[in-house]
Amino acid sequence: MISINSLTKRFGDHVAVDNLSFDVKPGEVLGFLGPNGAGKSTTMKMLTGFLTPDGGSASVCGFDIQTQTLLAQQKMGYLPEGAPCYGDMRVKGFLEFIASVRGLAGAERQRQVQRAVEQVELQDVLGQRIETLSKGFKRRVGLAQAILHDPQVLILDEPTDGLDPNQKHQVRRLIQQLAEGSNKIVVISTHILEEVSAVCSRAVIIGKGRLLADGTPDELEARSRYHQAVTLSLAAPADSAALESLPGVVAVERSADGLALTVLAKPGEVIFPAVGQLAREQQWQVNELSVERGRLDDVFRSLTSGESV
Amino acid sequence: MNNLGVIFRRELGSYFATPLAYIFIVIFLVMASLFTFDVGGFYEAGQADLIAFFNFHAGLYLFLIPAVAMRLWAEERKSGTIELLMTLPVSRAAMVLGKFLAAWVFVGIALLLTFPMVLTVNYLGSPDNGAILTGYIGSWLMAGGYLAIGSCMSALTKNQVIAFILSVVVCFLFVVSGVSMVQNAFSGWAPQWVLDTLASFSFLTRFEAISKGVLDLRDLLYFFSLMGAWLLATAVVIDLKKAD
Repeated sequence: MISINSLTKRFGDHVAVDNLSFDVKPGEVLGFLGPNGAGKSTTMKMLTGFLTPDGGSASVCGFDIQTQTLLAQQKMGYLPEGAPCYGDMRVKGFLEFIASVRGLAGAERQRQVQRAVEQVELQDVLGQRIETLSKGFKRRVGLAQAILHDPQVLILDEPTDGLDPNQKHQVRRLIQQLAEGSNKIVVISTHILEEVSAVCSRAVIIGKGRLLADGTPDELEARSRYHQAVTLSLAAPADSAALESLPGVVAVERSADGLALTVLAKPGEVIFPAVGQLAREQQWQVNELSVERGRLDDVFRSLTSGESV
Repeated sequence: MNNLGVIFRRELGSYFATPLAYIFIVIFLVMASLFTFDVGGFYEAGQADLIAFFNFHAGLYLFLIPAVAMRLWAEERKSGTIELLMTLPVSRAAMVLGKFLAAWVFVGIALLLTFPMVLTVNYLGSPDNGAILTGYIGSWLMAGGYLAIGSCMSALTKNQVIAFILSVVVCFLFVVSGVSMVQNAFSGWAPQWVLDTLASFSFLTRFEAISKGVLDLRDLLYFFSLMGAWLLATAVVIDLKKAD
C-alpha cells in the first residue's frame, strides 16, 4: 500500500510536484505517465526517501517516508532513473553488497542473488565490471538490485528507457512476472504509452506536477475521441456525406488520398454495424474495416497539452 | 548502524579495485622517504629517532589526503549512485562513518607500509620505540583530521577537482594557524587568548607534541572532536544538498 498525500516539491520558483495525491493498492501495476519534466522522477525520489518534500506526506506499507525512512526503504526496491551502479564493482560483488545492505547473509544471500540473477538473466556477466557492460545489461543489473530482497513495493523509474525492442520486451515480461498473482505493488514511470497498455493495470497521468487522469488503460482509452471510431480502407475514393449523416457519428476524417476514412463516434455510441451496413448499401469496395479501441497517445496529448478530451 | 560494516567493506574494496590505491601508496612511500633522507637529513642528524620522518607528514598529507578524500562523495554525486545509496535502508551515520573509516584505514595501511623506516633506525641505533609508536599514532590521527575535512569538502560538490582544492585550502588553514608566521601577524594587536586558540587549532602544534612521544589526552580529544565535528558537517551537507 502506497499513499501519497498533497505531496509538493519546489525547486526555487519552479513547482515540480504540485499538491499530488493518490493511493496504490496491493496487486496493482501502476503506470506513472507524463511528458518530460512533468514531475514523475521527482515524485518517485520523494517516495523513496531521496528528496525531502516541501509539503505533504507519503507512506509505504504504513511507514511514513520522512519519519520512518529506513523502515519504509526496507519495503521498497527502487531503480533510479538511468540505473546508476558502482561502475568499478563486478556484477556479483555489487549484488552481494546490496544484499548485505538489505540484511541478507550467508546461504540466504547466495540464494537471493542467484534468484535475481536468473530472473534478469545476468549469468554470463557476473564476473564483469559494471562499467564495461552495455546499457541493456546495466539496466538489468539495476533491476536485479531492486528485486534482490523480494520487495513488497517495486519502484522503477523509466525501466525501459534506451533499451532495444528485445530488451524492452524482456523487461516488460519481467515486470508482469513480478506482479502476477502476488500482492505486490509495481510503480513504473514512463513516457512510452504502449508500455502502459502492455503491463499496467492502472495509469496515472500527471503534467506540470498535477494529477490529470487516473484510471485503467481501457478507461483512459475510452476518453479518446477515437474510442469506438471505425476506420475504413477503400479501393476507390467515396463520398463521405452519407457517413456523416449516420446516427451517432460526430465527424469523418479523411486521409490525403481519400482512401482511408475514420468515422468518429459520439461518446457511448457504437457505430460499427451502421457503418458496415452503409458500406454494403453504397457498394463501396472495402479492403479493411476496423473498430478502434481508442488511442492512448491521443488522450495523453490532449491531457498534457491542456486541451479537453 | 548494522550497515556500517557493509559500507566500510565496499568502500575499502573500491580503493583497491582501481589503480588509485597502488599509485597513492607508491607516491606516499617515495615522497616520505625522499623527504626523510634528502630534505630531512636523516643521516646527517646522526640521531636514532624518526623525527626527520614525521616532520614532513603534515606537509605531505596536505596534498595526498585530499586526493584520497575527494572521491568520497563527489564521485557518488557525479555518477548518480548517491541516489541508490540514499534510498537503501542505510542510516546517514553509517554512510558517513563507513566511508570515512574506509578511507582512514586505507591511509593507515599506507602508513604501516613505511615500516622499513623503523627497521632501518633500529638497525642503525637503539631508538625509543615507544616514541616511534606514538609518532605513528599521532600521524594517523592527523590523517584522520585531514580526511574528515576532505570528506566534508567532497560532499559539497560533484566535481572532484573542486573538492580537492577546497580540502587543500581548509587543511592548509588548520596547519598554518600554529606557524610562527601567522602567530606573529596576530601578536601585538590581538589578545593572547586569540593567539592561543589559533595555535590550539593547529594540526602542527598537536602533532609535534604527540610525535615527540607525549600522548596527551587533550591532544587525542582534539583530533577526535575535530573528526567528529567535520563528519557531522558532512552529514548535514549531504542532507541539505542531496539532489544537486
